[in-house]
Amino acid sequence: MNDRFNLYRFASPATFYPLAGRLIPWFIAAGILFGLAGLYIGMLVAPTDFQQGEGYRIIFIHVPTSWMSMFIYLVMAFWAAIGLAFNTRLSGMMAQALAPTGALMAFLSLWTGALWGKPMWGTWWVWDARLTSELILLFLYIGYMALVAAIDDARRADKAGGILLLVGVVNIPIIYFSVKWWNTLHQGSSVNLTKSAMAEVMLWGMLLMALAFWMYSIAVALARVRTLMLERERHTDWVRKTLVGDEQ
Amino acid sequence: MIYWNSFSDFLAMGGYGLYVWGSFGVTALAMVIEPIAVARNRKATIARLKRQLRAESRSTEA
Amino acid sequence: MLKIVTSVIARDLKLAMRRQADIVSALFFFVIVVSLFPLGIGPEVDLLRQLAPGVLWVAALLATMLSLPRLFADDYRDGTLEQLALSPHPLGLIVTGKVIAHWLVSGLPLALIAPILGIQFDLSGEALLVLTGAILLGTPALSGIGAIGAALTLGLRGGGVLLSLLVLPLYIPVLIFGAGAVDATVSGLGGEGHLSLLTAMTFAAIGFAPWASAAALKIALE
Repeated sequence: MNDRFNLYRFASPATFYPLAGRLIPWFIAAGILFGLAGLYIGMLVAPTDFQQGEGYRIIFIHVPTSWMSMFIYLVMAFWAAIGLAFNTRLSGMMAQALAPTGALMAFLSLWTGALWGKPMWGTWWVWDARLTSELILLFLYIGYMALVAAIDDARRADKAGGILLLVGVVNIPIIYFSVKWWNTLHQGSSVNLTKSAMAEVMLWGMLLMALAFWMYSIAVALARVRTLMLERERHTDWVRKTLVGDEQ
Repeated sequence: MIYWNSFSDFLAMGGYGLYVWGSFGVTALAMVIEPIAVARNRKATIARLKRQLRAESRSTEA
Repeated sequence: MLKIVTSVIARDLKLAMRRQADIVSALFFFVIVVSLFPLGIGPEVDLLRQLAPGVLWVAALLATMLSLPRLFADDYRDGTLEQLALSPHPLGLIVTGKVIAHWLVSGLPLALIAPILGIQFDLSGEALLVLTGAILLGTPALSGIGAIGAALTLGLRGGGVLLSLLVLPLYIPVLIFGAGAVDATVSGLGGEGHLSLLTAMTFAAIGFAPWASAAALKIALE
């Protein structure tokens, strides 16, 4: 009984708003720390890759951004499911706050992929299964953001966006496998993506960078959700108090 | 411990400088611009909400 | 249960017959888009034969998109949709009927006219047969997935463009296997595998999409 009460308390914007505000600096600090450590290992300590030369160092942002772009979509779908099942106000706002960062990660993954592809494969873009799926993921993000932006009523925007996210998350594996299958059918073996066994130090650099991107995404999403909360709940007492308190 | 012999070696990235720094540069830029955009949006929203609040309280007092 | 589906189909078909111009326009859109490609690419027969499956399928996706905004819009405007949502029958079944009716007036005509357009691209008889079959088997999935998009964008400004933004990425698997079936036939590999996957997708879409659309419609009607 007590647990239930706490859960609801946490899910209420009035409690979550100050909590998020207190958490953001910690996530920023953690992000900077992980980022510096990751960059130090990845850019300064890690030896060159004997197959790809120094160009492989793009991996330290390419792989983390790709992971984050997929992970954020899954988290958004998770919030969407919670929101549709329990009708919580916070869930839709969380999904909305995450979307731009997820889209940015997908874009960065494509951008770094292109810059990696040019020296390695001799072309900016290949219709490789992973690159193509990433592009489609970016389209899914854009579709979600466009839908949410087009709906004026916040409750409807949350729910409609939630359904789209769930439909998208069911479709992602289907899209991925069909693209992969299409790719193996059409592409000769000219592009070989097999990576050389990675040295342990490279793996560490990549993991630290992934953590840095993760912390960054959380911090930005929390900051965004705080603004959304003020906007959405502007007629409630807690927002009035927060705004007035801010002024003094 | 440090792999590079000189700073210019580091910048050149074994001939891949343009690609490596092009990736890191754009990513860094994005990670600077996005928080700034979020902060500005936050400021603008708060200012607007405050204005609305003041207008409301004035109309109820009058 | 089946009765409600068939009665919705009958009603929607009757309404569609009153507006035959819409069906014909979508068909002509399909024909024109497909005919534009050789003009843009050039008349080399070998090249055209290679491009034909993709061109026909992309044009079919776009032509299906055209009629989607009206799938629920008319019923929404005159209040019929609200009545249907309040009826004792599950809304998912009603949407299933509407999806099937949509396919009958959009997908089916495309499949019937596709072989004629395929001839423009010098496809062999066997390839034409597979093309028709693929469009027949794949377009119901397009109507199903499209219904979700139509329900989500119901009553929104700029709904048509938004709808294509939402739905086209989800159409990709159908496009890949639909065009792939014809490709595989042309290259002598046989398109049966593709066709069975297309059928699986169609069944999955017809099974699940109406319920997702029904949930979206309920939100729009709130």
